[in-house]
Amino acid sequence: MEKQKITGSEALLKSLIAEGVDTIFGYPGGQAIPIYDSLYDYRDQLKHVLVRHEQGATHAAQGYARVSGKVGVTLVTSGPGATNTITGIADALMDSTPMVVIAGQVPSPLLGTDAFQEVDVIGITQPITKWAYQIRKPEEIAWAVSRAFYIASTGRPGPVVLDLAKDAQVGLVDFEYKKVDYVRSYQPEPDINPDRIKAAAALINKAEKPFCLVGQGVLLGGAEEELKAFLLKNDIPAGSTVLGLSALPSDFPLNKGMLGMHGNIGPNRKTNECDVLIAIGMRFDDRVTGDLKTYAKQAKVIHLDIDNSEIGKNVPVDVKVLGNAKHTIPMITALLEERKRPEWNAEFEPDAQEEYEKVIEKELSPASGPLKMGEVVRKVSEATGNDAVLVTDVGQNQMMGVRYFKYKRTRSVVTSGGLGTMGFGLPAAMGAKFGAPDRTVCFFTGDGGMQMTIQELGTIMQEKLDVKIIILNNNFLGMVRQWQELFFHERYSNTIMENPDFVAIAKAYGIAGRTVEKREELDGAIAEMLNHDGAYVLVANVEPCGMVYPMVPAGGSVTNMILGDK
Amino acid sequence: MTTKKLYTVIIFSENTVGLLNQITIIFTRRQLNIETLSVSPSAIQGIHKFTITTFADEDTIDKVVKQIDKRVDILKAYYNTDEDLVYQEIALYKLSTDLFIKMGAVEDLIRKYNARILEINETCVVLEKSGHYDETQALFKELSETIGVLQFIRSGRVAITKSRVERLSDMLAEMERKLQEKSKDRVCLSQS
Repeated sequence: MEKQKITGSEALLKSLIAEGVDTIFGYPGGQAIPIYDSLYDYRDQLKHVLVRHEQGATHAAQGYARVSGKVGVTLVTSGPGATNTITGIADALMDSTPMVVIAGQVPSPLLGTDAFQEVDVIGITQPITKWAYQIRKPEEIAWAVSRAFYIASTGRPGPVVLDLAKDAQVGLVDFEYKKVDYVRSYQPEPDINPDRIKAAAALINKAEKPFCLVGQGVLLGGAEEELKAFLLKNDIPAGSTVLGLSALPSDFPLNKGMLGMHGNIGPNRKTNECDVLIAIGMRFDDRVTGDLKTYAKQAKVIHLDIDNSEIGKNVPVDVKVLGNAKHTIPMITALLEERKRPEWNAEFEPDAQEEYEKVIEKELSPASGPLKMGEVVRKVSEATGNDAVLVTDVGQNQMMGVRYFKYKRTRSVVTSGGLGTMGFGLPAAMGAKFGAPDRTVCFFTGDGGMQMTIQELGTIMQEKLDVKIIILNNNFLGMVRQWQELFFHERYSNTIMENPDFVAIAKAYGIAGRTVEKREELDGAIAEMLNHDGAYVLVANVEPCGMVYPMVPAGGSVTNMILGDK
Repeated sequence: MTTKKLYTVIIFSENTVGLLNQITIIFTRRQLNIETLSVSPSAIQGIHKFTITTFADEDTIDKVVKQIDKRVDILKAYYNTDEDLVYQEIALYKLSTDLFIKMGAVEDLIRKYNARILEINETCVVLEKSGHYDETQALFKELSETIGVLQFIRSGRVAITKSRVERLSDMLAEMERKLQEKSKDRVCLSQS
């Protein structure tokens, strides 16, 4: 490749293009103007989406990355531009989302002097990134960008921050791009130990009641088909974490549902009844395990993960299988006996029946009364042929979303799992639409979370994005209200919300919308939303005091779920 | 309640800006105090060695070290107890020259503690002693109870493992081998 003298800013854009980037979510400002100036020349190759707040840029990049599997890219200015990205960066670290955040920085001679809009971005972001690097010379740009994409996208993915000093943006450099595919101090995929594969297979072959926990590691490794083959060969039932959802289609016979605090009864109870627990690409989060002292004590635990620091972190492990699930799963499958376990699989049925009678039927098919959150979610899901991308905010809307939406395809769920970021949803839905333009994107939110990033309606307007926004409006911060009702003697401290007319706000942004309150109008309203060409805000006025059941109280045992039937 | 023990964490890293911060934030999250810290270039050029001591239970230190090891710029992190290590600290003692000479029996003191005199001038004497904490502390105690110590400083621990396994050099050799393999693959790819 012939060398050519160009500015650091141009070198940055050429580097991004060399990494296959075509979409950037960002917001300009003083210390990023040279980059934006170069972007003007590259606008045919790099689509820049102007968000309304930098937090939105990070969540949009996350939504984009989660549905597409590509690295999401965010571009912001120094100081407040950079600090506004913190929530999204922390969220991406928790949920292993590949993201590169590029922040402008004051010129390097001014670093450390409290210059205008200077902030210690590296110091602030080191605890919440996989890698953070300050670029002070234009010569470092190509190397740092390539290294950033390599680190963000390989191994257990995560966010990387590049802090780009202004003098490096304007300085000239002989640009030459070499793709990084090796970092001495970083081994993205650990070597697989064949003895552990054998030990895992032996344990499963001997098991009478094996149970598999599916985490996001399956999706990140692209191991969905390998997982299905593994489960089918030995007839192993599986439950999924929130982030592992859609790795298996909802109607896959061995998919027994969701784990955790608001998961399904069967998968939670069977965790404490199985004899071998096979955890794949999940990290035994406290929202999955509840009380660790009573969690799966009877079972031998096999843990497959790419991240050594996750194995044994929360739950003691009998067989540790380090590696990419894409490779470790089929190696184990090859050693498995073909088995049928009809009795064991049938044991999930009474639990499913109990949950249907005590919780689901009431939520999905109420005879009368106000709209239920669950019924709105399920009806939207069915109206899309159960083939849309689900994006949620955080809280009751999220738990109802993941409980009642159904999936046919992988990478169909975008939600803030680990960090639980309210306000994540709307910008993430925008990013998801850019990442999967041919799919219907349905975003469920609450009246609280919607107002945390509502300004992104402006971005949706400007980009003419077809995002279906369903506000489950109960005029409460519902999940906190639920805890107050159950555990704080119904003292509703600061959870009552007086809300604006969301349809009028949508209208002000040129976005169509309507409010629905009556059950008999729900199907028509959903059809109108889905048939509408472009973004749509459907405000569903749901029962004010709806509850998400079943529930494992925080720190409780997964065996004892509250069903709300008393 | 698990018992806390003194662990020595040894870390090899790339020599990049901000690495110490990356390491200390992991201790902070687990509420671990760093007792001593010593950083210096290692025997291998471009690689730095951190020696950190901290009181922790084994379960915690194991998880902390795994989280340190996971950082991109860290080559290798591991932990040892005192039994696995030869370790040393160095201490300097600044004393008043007048009092030091008046005290008498200087030779006995130097021999008893195996200390060295680094500097003598009209106002002060500087002694040096290396050893374990108890040993440098014993000399400090004796001096402060007799003639007083004007200034005292003790370094962080430096440590070397007793085992025959040379973890870092073995690991670097393994990495080198993998890199070679990788570049071989690349050649194959470009030829095919």
